[in-house]
Amino acid sequence: MTSTTTLAAPARKSRAGAAGRLRGGNALLGVAGFATFLALLELVPRVGLVSPEYLPPVSRIGVALADLAGDPAFWTALGDTVRGWALGLAIAVALGVVVGFVIGTVPVLREFSASTIEFLRPIPSVALIPLAVLVFGTDLRSVLLLVVYAAFWQVLVQVLYGVQDVDPVAQDTARTFGLNRWGRMRYVTWPTALPYVLTGVRLAAAVALILAVTAELVIGAPGLGNEIGTAQSGGAVARMYALVIVTGLLGVAVNVLARRLERWLLSWHPSLRREVAA
Amino acid sequence: MSVLRRITRSTVAALAVPAVLLALWWVLTADSESYYLPPLSQILSTFDDVWLSDRLAADVLPSLLRLLGGFLVAVLLGVGLGVLIGSLRRLRAFCEPVLEFLRAIPPPVLVPVLMLFAGIGDTMKVLVIVSGCLWPILLNTVEGVRAVDEVLVETCRCYGVRGRARLWHLVIRSASPQIVTGMRQGLSVGIILMVISEMFAASNGLGFTIIQFQRTFAVTEMWTGILLLGVLGFLLALLMRLFERRVLNWYFGLRQAQRGGSR
Repeated sequence: MTSTTTLAAPARKSRAGAAGRLRGGNALLGVAGFATFLALLELVPRVGLVSPEYLPPVSRIGVALADLAGDPAFWTALGDTVRGWALGLAIAVALGVVVGFVIGTVPVLREFSASTIEFLRPIPSVALIPLAVLVFGTDLRSVLLLVVYAAFWQVLVQVLYGVQDVDPVAQDTARTFGLNRWGRMRYVTWPTALPYVLTGVRLAAAVALILAVTAELVIGAPGLGNEIGTAQSGGAVARMYALVIVTGLLGVAVNVLARRLERWLLSWHPSLRREVAA
Repeated sequence: MSVLRRITRSTVAALAVPAVLLALWWVLTADSESYYLPPLSQILSTFDDVWLSDRLAADVLPSLLRLLGGFLVAVLLGVGLGVLIGSLRRLRAFCEPVLEFLRAIPPPVLVPVLMLFAGIGDTMKVLVIVSGCLWPILLNTVEGVRAVDEVLVETCRCYGVRGRARLWHLVIRSASPQIVTGMRQGLSVGIILMVISEMFAASNGLGFTIIQFQRTFAVTEMWTGILLLGVLGFLLALLMRLFERRVLNWYFGLRQAQRGGSR
């Protein structure tokens, strides 16, 4: 173990230096890549490889994007999607953390619930769509049911891993110092599990967005997904692509936000400290 | 004796909660008058009528074949492109922002987009599944190929391992833990896409049948569909885990040896 770290350290340093030198070039290449991508999207329909009725040139999609910005219906739809996503994610995270801590810290519960979790987790949450439609209709509650079911397992499983990862020596030390159950939970288990919790939140945030949009698209709950379906069936192709781009941007924003949150809440954690030092 | 007791204990632990939950479901709905919640006994007795006759071949099989086809294409494309992008640093820098953006698009919104190109036939559904499964596999492969051990790279160079042998025994082998992780994530996205592409527009398939039951208010039949989807999801995850065990046996062994050795 020690020998690998001493071997790896200089290698990492030299690679970090190279990365520093390359970073400017990389950013430039990335911009070039994006520009090429956009140019391709402009050229392919213009040359006639694909009918512009199916894939309008990117400039026309840009115009549609600008139109969206002036359309109050779009902003309401965006708000609906974000609300369904955020509410569902919040409920799933709260449930996942509480249930995960309770199950994770009581060995008997963990032993007896493992098989049930393994069975329920892979059930695709879209299986619940017909039930959601029957019971809740196109309500926000339909979206929440799907989002919470999908996101909950991501959080729960990570929390269970995290709680299990507690160092027994640290646990015993805390006990020797006379910390009660609550104190050990607060000062030993929670900091150990926090990185796992945040990984769970990051995974759940992405899944929650997918399910929120799915619910809107398939069930017809108000939101971006529903707008995309309407635009497609109404033949507003450029608008449909513009909306798809918006959902992509939303996805990027969710990823960036989750990473920020992780970095901010874990600034004390060795894995991040090392990253900053290198 | 103690071995026997341990086995009994773990079996009881594994079966107790599911048994209690099922029993609760059975008892609590036994004389349920609720429209949405038919008795479990009734759901189970309709199950064979609904699924085990001709629907198995007419709806379940086409769905699974589309999933399998889309998933395999995504694995080939993802690993192929991933190895290429992962081993060329400049190409990686060139593609990264575009890939990050494409990955962030929630795959279900591609259903209406691909419907324009491919209609509502099998091609559309397979394409939707490919477009959703591809990203986790591709990006994980890129990460895995990037992180190939430098010492092994040098060793291969010294021993003159080149070409196909290098690709297979060094690059793909070292990236395989990440590739399999990507496949696992891709499969669960694939199941979601299989179902919703059929719910959105289809004339057969699991998702289509279930939504049809819901639209005609055949609630008991709809519940059997939900159960079937749940069981399928579980079985596919189980298959994936068996595959992982088999392919990554060396990796789990290596990790255990490293942990055991370092202590």
